[in-house]
Amino acid sequence: MELPAAITNWFAQRGWRVRGHQRAMLDAAARGRHALLTAPTGAGKTLAGFLPTLAELAADPAEGLHTLYISPLKALAVDVQRNLLTPIAEMGLGIMVETRTGDTPAARKTRQKEVPPHILLTTPESLANLLSSPDAASMMAGVKRVIVDEIHAFGTTKRGDQLSLCLARLQRLAPDLQRVGLSATIADPEAWAGWLAPDADADLVEVVVAQGGADPAIDILVIDDRIPWGGHNGRWAARAVMRRIEAARLAIVFVNTRAVAELVFRDLWAENDHALPIGIHHGSLAPEARRKVEAAMAAGRLRAIVATASLDLGLDWGDVDLVIQMGAPKGASRLLQRTGRANHRMDEASRCLIVPGNRFEYLEALAARDAVEARELDPDGFRPGALDVLAQHVVGCAAAGPFFPDDLYDEVKSAAPYAGLTRSAFASVLGYAATGGYALKAYERYQRLVTQPDGRMRLRSAALARQWRMNSGTIVEAVTMNVVFGTGKPGRGGRKLGQVEEYFVSQLRVGDSFMFAGQVVEVTGFDGGDVHVRLGRGAPKVPSYMGGRMPMTTRLAARVRGLMNDRTRWAEMPPDVREWLAIQSRVSRLPGRDDVLVETFERDGRWYMVVYGFAGAAAHQTLGMLVTQRMERAGLKPMGFVASDYAMAAWSLDPVDDPQPLFDPTVLEDELAEWLAASPFLRRAFREVAIIGGLIERTQPGVHKSGKAMSVSADLIYDVLRRHEPDHLLLTAAWTDARGKLTDVARLAGLLEEAHARMSHVRASHVTPLAVPSLLTIGRERVGDSADATLLIEAEALIAEAMAVD
Amino acid sequence: MPVSFSFAGESLQPLACGALWWPAQATLFVADLHFEKASHFARRGWLLPPHATADTIAALITAVETTGATRLVCLGDSFHDAAGPDRLSDAARRTLMTMIRDLDWWWITGNHDDDAAGRLGGRTMVEGRIGPLVLRHEADPGDPMPELSGHFHPKLVIRHRGRHIARRCFAHAPTKLILPAYGAFTGGLDIADPAIRTALAGPATALVVEAGKLLRFPVV
Repeated sequence: MELPAAITNWFAQRGWRVRGHQRAMLDAAARGRHALLTAPTGAGKTLAGFLPTLAELAADPAEGLHTLYISPLKALAVDVQRNLLTPIAEMGLGIMVETRTGDTPAARKTRQKEVPPHILLTTPESLANLLSSPDAASMMAGVKRVIVDEIHAFGTTKRGDQLSLCLARLQRLAPDLQRVGLSATIADPEAWAGWLAPDADADLVEVVVAQGGADPAIDILVIDDRIPWGGHNGRWAARAVMRRIEAARLAIVFVNTRAVAELVFRDLWAENDHALPIGIHHGSLAPEARRKVEAAMAAGRLRAIVATASLDLGLDWGDVDLVIQMGAPKGASRLLQRTGRANHRMDEASRCLIVPGNRFEYLEALAARDAVEARELDPDGFRPGALDVLAQHVVGCAAAGPFFPDDLYDEVKSAAPYAGLTRSAFASVLGYAATGGYALKAYERYQRLVTQPDGRMRLRSAALARQWRMNSGTIVEAVTMNVVFGTGKPGRGGRKLGQVEEYFVSQLRVGDSFMFAGQVVEVTGFDGGDVHVRLGRGAPKVPSYMGGRMPMTTRLAARVRGLMNDRTRWAEMPPDVREWLAIQSRVSRLPGRDDVLVETFERDGRWYMVVYGFAGAAAHQTLGMLVTQRMERAGLKPMGFVASDYAMAAWSLDPVDDPQPLFDPTVLEDELAEWLAASPFLRRAFREVAIIGGLIERTQPGVHKSGKAMSVSADLIYDVLRRHEPDHLLLTAAWTDARGKLTDVARLAGLLEEAHARMSHVRASHVTPLAVPSLLTIGRERVGDSADATLLIEAEALIAEAMAVD
Repeated sequence: MPVSFSFAGESLQPLACGALWWPAQATLFVADLHFEKASHFARRGWLLPPHATADTIAALITAVETTGATRLVCLGDSFHDAAGPDRLSDAARRTLMTMIRDLDWWWITGNHDDDAAGRLGGRTMVEGRIGPLVLRHEADPGDPMPELSGHFHPKLVIRHRGRHIARRCFAHAPTKLILPAYGAFTGGLDIADPAIRTALAGPATALVVEAGKLLRFPVV
């Protein structure tokens, strides 16, 4: 494709040349091909994606929507200003660019449908809403290109399913549409090309890999040759971390969970002798608080920011020159993407400092550094598209206009996650969307979708379309309560600090204190959906936010095993880590490269069994449940277990003499089904699919459902469905989610197979060095007499004892 | 093994299903059945499982059969809305009308359904009285007479050994007894909520029937 003079001049004025990958993107566009660009940070990725559009519009600035840009982030403004609006202005192109997100005023949204901009920047959620409009067909008919930015953030999620379905719909409305994916460095671009392509046909996609980028400089923090035994967030090193921040221009301190963010933030301030401006950013903070921090950072008023994954994606912070990772990085891709936050210039090395929390995490940090150096990234776990998302999409399509089921089936199958969808599975989704999908036919009168005489299906009423738009989307937050400073309502004397999960609040009483927004706050009262707080002091309880806990990847786990077994590498480790491994190999043995080491030993009248599975915390958690259940049946009197990314430790009154039968992989499915059904995992998963699938109304963030009779809780529906309709679509969907995300059944099954084939059982004479980190965390999980009824009776006895006066 | 407690000098038996049995009067009390709540939602596009009414009726039948009750008192909000009786399935309507015919059936009116349930038969009243007990839908804190009511859907929420447990419960005060909601799709309100504390007008205890035992939790 020839570039117009306006664009070539702009490059020339800056002394730049069109880079190879930018040229390749132009060529792909000229040949009418879909394209996927993977490029390191700072390679001009966004501009490369837009160049063909700018060239086409410079040549022919016809009215109408030309290009859609889809970002995973709502906060598009900063990044796009730098990478798109500024170049367009400087090139002197008359191109109209607008954003459309949940925050866009209704008047502008209406106007955008009548007079669309050339380029519309939006999110998957807003795109889905746009496509549900009856005007969508005419608005989208002329669209030439859709650019999906940060595509690696979408593929394996429900948002990705939704986006993929929307792309299929777009392609039907605009058959010549070119799909463009932009990605950070990923392990398997071909697989992603398949995800992006119509009909999952990777051959239709030109894969452009931008080379270059200086190697990142990754450093692991070791102080006085020592790494702690336990802990897992690097808090021990706050003072040293603060010194590094002082020496940097602007640092991002990444932590793995929101709760840890609060703790680390406080630790750093305790060491902040020069009172440097340090901020905190995580998903539970009020949007205003988050925006304030983002603005302060963009304006260069901060020296450091403590952040979780809420800051992980794509925002181009420019002047960051140091990334600090507190605790284990959990995966090489994740580490590389986080490191990429530092220094957005391709020719300079990004600097990253990993602060390991304990000795296992030290090995993990070393392994991640090796993996990044070897460019061995983690492959993404593609899985079939979720049925609750499809159910939502089907109703959205009906909102746009009547459809023939056969046509919609073909369209849906052209979305990669749904390529394998059977006709009967589609029919049951359609049936669910129409009548709720119950064996008991009770809702003929209230069908959401009705079939017209011509065979097309349509929405029963326009009110249902409005309702759909209020409730669509695939991100389901936990039920939350507002944290309000002062005694008034937000806006009436009270200031809203943000939100915490209802589950966490249920553990609090008046007078309790917890960390929030970087300060210790004390509960002064509860009022509907609000928790009232004032400044507190002393040792706080920690907010136990859910989410954000990623398991260590399989490849990284293999590298950690490799480091343990390669003594030539021990030399570069701190002396206490070396000693830890050496003594382990003497009193027990080191986990091999592909075996499963099981240790048993006695301590203080209890028998411990530690399993080194290296399968990630979720799989180990499930393993702990499974194994203690089996120990219970074997009469070994299990008392509890703890799980980490590396190991699972269970303890009991009687010893495990032969661990082998406890790891029998054959009955796994039945036992798992039994346990999952009773566990909170399935209930939590059900709530999510019930909301996404449109069975129950979405709770608006921060709005408390106070009318106890007005809403029906997901728990009650779950109980009724399980009793009467065990094969219901949403139960199946919840089951799939619980098996995947929450319990990591696939990795557990792999672990059991390995244990079956290659178990090394060591009867140790006392606690072993590798077991110590696990034993240090004991006290959190319990099993045994866990029936709620028993607990209730016990609780009453406790109260009676405490209240007795004679 | 039935469990019982004393209220206003009478011996009452709370059942695990959430009903209250008064042997001396051969009377069974239930509150907040919320029949046809699911179809109420379905009308607006939320297609909740259509089994809740049948489940609730089945539980009622079991309670009547095990106690041998000759009188049944529904303490209001028997239907989720005033149009609810029209949406009953034929089977549910038949079963319900047979029960109403065979028993001395009282409907106390509620804020959700008013007197709509009366169309199915039985006696309809705003307030009732049996022996020393006043029967109404929503507790009247100003009335010193011993009183049975519903409306609040009390539940007990406790944390013990790291677990969060919630159970429907009877809210018991010296002159007030609030029944838990009986309907299959009815949630609950924490008994410690100020709304319930105010309604009870006195020190409260949560009564829970679990594993054949009557558990008492003082509300603090």
